Amino acid sequence: MPNRAERLSRILLSLPPGLYLLLLFAVPSLMMLFASFRFSGEYGGLAPWYYIEDGQFTLDLTLENWQRLFESDIYLGLLLKSLAYALATTLICVIMAYPLALMIARSKKRHRDLLLLLVILPFWSNFLVRIYAWMIIFSPQGALTAALNAVTSSLGLEPITLMFSGTAVITCLVYVHLPFMILPLYANLEKHDHRLLDAAQDLGANRFQCFWLITWPLSLPGIYAGAVLVFIPSLGIFAIPDLLGGTNGIMIGNVIKQQFVESRDWPFGSVLSLVLTAITLVLVLLAAKLGSPAGENNGKK
Amino acid sequence: MAKNNANPSKLLIAAGGVVYMFLYIPLAVVVLFSFNDSKLNAEWVGFTWKWYDKLFQNGDILHAAANSLIIALISALLATILGTLAGLAIYRFRQKWLSALVLGPIAMPDILIGVSLLLMFILFNVTLGMTSIILAHVSFCIGFVALAVQSRLSGMDQSLVEAARDLGATPFQAFRLVTLPLLKPGIIAGGMMAFTLSIDDFVITFFTAGVGSSTLPLEIYSMVKIAVTPEVNAVSTLLMLVTLVLITALSRISPTVLRN
Repeated sequence: MPNRAERLSRILLSLPPGLYLLLLFAVPSLMMLFASFRFSGEYGGLAPWYYIEDGQFTLDLTLENWQRLFESDIYLGLLLKSLAYALATTLICVIMAYPLALMIARSKKRHRDLLLLLVILPFWSNFLVRIYAWMIIFSPQGALTAALNAVTSSLGLEPITLMFSGTAVITCLVYVHLPFMILPLYANLEKHDHRLLDAAQDLGANRFQCFWLITWPLSLPGIYAGAVLVFIPSLGIFAIPDLLGGTNGIMIGNVIKQQFVESRDWPFGSVLSLVLTAITLVLVLLAAKLGSPAGENNGKK
Repeated sequence: MAKNNANPSKLLIAAGGVVYMFLYIPLAVVVLFSFNDSKLNAEWVGFTWKWYDKLFQNGDILHAAANSLIIALISALLATILGTLAGLAIYRFRQKWLSALVLGPIAMPDILIGVSLLLMFILFNVTLGMTSIILAHVSFCIGFVALAVQSRLSGMDQSLVEAARDLGATPFQAFRLVTLPLLKPGIIAGGMMAFTLSIDDFVITFFTAGVGSSTLPLEIYSMVKIAVTPEVNAVSTLLMLVTLVLITALSRISPTVLRN
């Protein structure tokens, strides 16, 4: 019975946040979509999207910006490289998160909260502080570079620099996003029924078989959930390649930032942003499908 | 139910320990060198407080810290109000469109939120500054508050509201006297979350800030772009300390929120 009071409360509750987000999330996104078909202005920004000549109204839109994306290999190559960096980050995160998540899940119940808190704590320190930490570690005067070069010189190899490289970027991407993999993976592993492993052991499975045939397939939904949380933000990042990547390590986020801030070519910046949005949407939908109850059941069979 | 009575093997503990080291050594290095009496973050020379002294004489940093605090307080307040409304609306009326609007900014990479807001602010002639930063921060904080409120609502016993109604309370009275007090921990936790997210944000602030509205993360960014100095270590260490205090307070109020 949707009476008047019910309808009123419905409007009072949903209108303020709805209107706010419509104006500050939906509208800017649509304006960006529109901007991708406009010409850029003489001094950066955007040119008017129509003109009136002799009382006649004419649209002034173009597909030029989208064509530019495919004209050279630069942008598609950069996009591929960014996808590769994000993929490498995600895989390394899985490899590093798995033992820790499993260790916490198999610890005594009263220790688990503390062990989890220790995972979250560094994640709460400022994003830039965490990048800065790696700038110190990778610095050419740093102890790590010195130690590695002592090894390389004893082997008669060229000295190496860690700073301003893809390696530095991926290491920091892993560092910043690792908790996003550990937490969902732990949430999954914690729910496993240990009697399955006991049964497998009784039936003669060794430890490797127990892991590979039971724990691993059961944990896939947790890995998918973590992968989305790591992959999507890694893909769009610009601060890490900006500070640690040098010219070799730049990613698509840097080019987007450049188009909006330095070269002020907003239409092309919008095109690149929309490509990133499209990739994000596909990944979110894919993850929703993999993480759905049906997907989880497949994991449990 | 599932029982986990297996103990982690020694190999697992060793591997987990290595990952913990990976998480903590970089931060420990930052803290350690903030007390080092050398301009280079390379080797330990001796203990000093001088980088902290310099920090408190750095007008730009203090100004930026004040900006960060003002922005975070106002953004958290607005996001808490709007987010609570959104959480209630989504929970009670199952509105898919609102849910999509609330979660959208959380799912999108920050850079996309930042550039699209920059585009809109400029086209609508909004001067970039504190106001534009606050408007931007509220838009991505609403979702986190709404989620905290929703999770609190779904753990709530609805029969309490029904009992109040049976005893003659109007819907508004039932809300004010029963639902709201029960929701309070969720609202406070959501608000503190919004505060931390706002004060920590770099990317969205980067695109929506104007002249004179630099925040602490922006200031750190411009400092490290120029040179790595122990002053950055000092400000980083202080920031970590502040966050630690906030987290402790947050975990006292609502232990479950941290895990969500």
